[in-house]
Amino acid sequence: MTASPQPPGCTPEVLPRQNTGMVELLTMPGPYKETDLTERVEAFLSDLKRGGTGAGPLRGSAETARETTALLRKITAQARWSSAGDLMEIIRKDGRRMTAAQPSETTVGNMIRRVLKIIREEYARSRGSSEEADQESLHKLLTSGGLSEENFRQPFALLKSNVIEAINELLTELEGTTDNIAMQALEHIHSNEVIMTIGRSRTVEAFLKDAARKRKFHVIVAECAPFCQGHEMATNLSKAGIETTVITDAAIFAVMSRVNKVIIGTQTVLANGGLRAINGTHTLALAAKHHSTPLIVCAPMFKLSPQFPNEEDTFHKFVSPHEVLPFTEGEILSKVNVHCPVFDYVPPELITLFISNIGGHAPSYIYRLMSELYHPEDHEL
Amino acid sequence: MADSGVIDGPGRKDEIERAKSEGKDLTKEEKQRLRKEKKQQKKIKEKKDDKASQENEKEKKPVTSAAPASQPPTQPTVQKAPSAVPATAPVSVPASEASVPADKPTKTKAELKAERRARQEAERASKQTKKGETGQQAATSKPKAPPSDLQPVVKRLPEHIQVDNPDVLKKLAKKLERQQIPLRSDYGYKVSLFSHLHQYSRKAPLTQQLSIPSTVIHPAIVRLGLQYSHGIVAGSNARSVALLHAFKQVIRDYTTPQNEELSRDLVNKLKPYISFLNQCRPLSASMGNAIKYIKKEISNIPSNCKEDEAKNKLLNCIESYINEKIILAGVAIAKCAIEKQKISDGDVILVYGCSSLVNHILCKAFEKNRKFRVIVVDSRPRLEGKEALRRLVQKGISCTYVLISAVSYILPEVSKVFLGAHALLANGYVMSRVGTSQIALVAKAFNVPVLVCCETYKFCDRVQTDSFVSNELDDPDDLIVTRKGTTPLEGWENESSLGLLNLVYDVTPPDFVDLVITELGMIPCTSVPVVLRVKNVDQ
Repeated sequence: MTASPQPPGCTPEVLPRQNTGMVELLTMPGPYKETDLTERVEAFLSDLKRGGTGAGPLRGSAETARETTALLRKITAQARWSSAGDLMEIIRKDGRRMTAAQPSETTVGNMIRRVLKIIREEYARSRGSSEEADQESLHKLLTSGGLSEENFRQPFALLKSNVIEAINELLTELEGTTDNIAMQALEHIHSNEVIMTIGRSRTVEAFLKDAARKRKFHVIVAECAPFCQGHEMATNLSKAGIETTVITDAAIFAVMSRVNKVIIGTQTVLANGGLRAINGTHTLALAAKHHSTPLIVCAPMFKLSPQFPNEEDTFHKFVSPHEVLPFTEGEILSKVNVHCPVFDYVPPELITLFISNIGGHAPSYIYRLMSELYHPEDHEL
Repeated sequence: MADSGVIDGPGRKDEIERAKSEGKDLTKEEKQRLRKEKKQQKKIKEKKDDKASQENEKEKKPVTSAAPASQPPTQPTVQKAPSAVPATAPVSVPASEASVPADKPTKTKAELKAERRARQEAERASKQTKKGETGQQAATSKPKAPPSDLQPVVKRLPEHIQVDNPDVLKKLAKKLERQQIPLRSDYGYKVSLFSHLHQYSRKAPLTQQLSIPSTVIHPAIVRLGLQYSHGIVAGSNARSVALLHAFKQVIRDYTTPQNEELSRDLVNKLKPYISFLNQCRPLSASMGNAIKYIKKEISNIPSNCKEDEAKNKLLNCIESYINEKIILAGVAIAKCAIEKQKISDGDVILVYGCSSLVNHILCKAFEKNRKFRVIVVDSRPRLEGKEALRRLVQKGISCTYVLISAVSYILPEVSKVFLGAHALLANGYVMSRVGTSQIALVAKAFNVPVLVCCETYKFCDRVQTDSFVSNELDDPDDLIVTRKGTTPLEGWENESSLGLLNLVYDVTPPDFVDLVITELGMIPCTSVPVVLRVKNVDQ
């Protein structure tokens, strides 16, 4: 790998090279023109790294998604590329760095894959070829033959503006996700219900606040130790006039018999319809199943990720155990193993419904939605 | 019971008169005796009526459901929820029988009573012949069958789960006033689902309202009450042992006043203490059973016993109770668990919170050189698991520590789950610290066996199916926590629609529990009523 002129202060990273015979991108012409772009990228990367440890301000997934998409738009606008293939390679390279910075933040990877799909679509449209809408169809695969060797070499003049326009549409969609989900609230919540939720999810908060404008119901929030984000959620809900009760995680099964619905948010929706949600959600889902209480997940489409649960070692993320056993317990600390996992896996059998910005779906439908959002070749960045 | 009542009929009436002149305290017991007498006389009458109405029986349909309906009206007044008193009433009758000092024969009153009773008997008999439930009569009139098992018992509800009923609260206030114990007021906004339970604040202990020195309550009891309400003494074994030691102190300091019976007076002295402790923190099932035992022992003291002798006897009784039911039971359970290979080499054992019995078992197993490691699961706000962790680490057992929200992450590593219990209910449900049922649920989902360890003195004949009807609400301020400099729940009292719920107990259904280890052996959860029945027959 040749040493490329990179701005000072940037550590050269060893990336796995893709053997597709594409142009050597590391020798980007005119590095000083893209200095501020690379600076933006570096700033974003360090933000991601810091945000994951919980030390910096916690950013919601929607914010991350918007920032990622804005950054990708900037890359499309400012980086030097001549054909769609070049652009895709640039985005892939930056995307790999971004996902490596914070593996648990899957929205970054999801946005990158969305943009890659946009580029493919725009390219195909410019070429005039029909949309390969049913590429999974075996017949199409056999007869179409030539599509898999497409290497996106043809330059098109309007490609840049088309791609940027499409990314702008994506950004608008992202801005409206929470409102779209909240609009569906009245279809699912009736009066005098007892709803249970866990931790803090901005989507669920907006969902419940929207329903509270017209209906009266009661919310029970499980505080979700050790981060206790449920407390903030409860105060926000009670300020909106909703009857709220805070319970400890240990009381989830005890009160579940009186709960009518469980509505939760999640960090990621996995490819099999399962969830990667905050720890304690699996217990909540099991308790709901035991009492046959429906479990509704409010997740916007940008959280849908093509990962499967047992694929990577990065499924579980751990934070400092001093949250669980503080340093004041001096003598026993050195003799004890302490775990503080952040996420839980919830299998799709325990979930009743997904509510996303494009409507409600059953967990068994997730695979279809995924094929509409992402191209199969992009699953591995 | 029926036979002795019939024989002692006339002598009893004098007893009743004497008792009435002595004071109000014995009225309740006397009333119960009266009602028992009525019941027995009624039975005798009905036997006669049976034979008379044999022919009528064929004409009228035997409405068996009507029989229990007519009987319960007499029963509830006979038996109260803490059934210690009815147990003592018939037993103390022969004792006091022998020591009737000066009789004050007021025959006129007795005669009136007899007439009234006869009238009531006649009315009841006529009602029952109309309904024609001869089958039921025959069953209940057999004196040999132990009555407590077959008769439908409608117990009076304990006060501490009727907080939303203003009449009950008024009665409680009156009773406490009579006993000169301050009434503890509820604190904070109560979640509507739990409006029938008390919720106290730890910052306002009951002892602040007591005068110093308190003449009604023994100082050992005051100290004990304070220890309970502040959580210094926690855990059902610890609380029972502390209670029994405090009672020992009370008995040592007790002197029988003039013209009083130790057996009756001491029981009455204990009543305000028990109310006081109840106000500090609701009594646990184990404490309830211990109190029943003490009351029975006290009432069994023969009246010709000298005071010192009686006191020594009581102290020995209490000592042997602690020894047998708690200490030796623990040793037996540990032995049972270890010998029957419930803890084997290479095991990964999950425990929840701090159960003295489970810790004892693990320490004993470690001493016997079993190779295992322990995962301690803990939950806010009590964080009792840290205490268990300290004890186990001190012994040298290798431990892991997680919070309850991480239990589904850690459970794939676990081979067995050991849980302690606060009480075992008669329908097989396990009442334990809140969170136990959750652990049992997740363990079931991962197919990990769940073993509950419990001594038999914690078995109680209550039944319960969910964690709402009878529970304890702890101080809601315990949930408040400060993280990263912010306390989101700081002003929760000012938010009208925000409530905090700090439950103490929950019930685990028997299908989550695979085995219960007691000193009588290893039994399934559903065998609890059998053990209770065996215990009752023994007594």
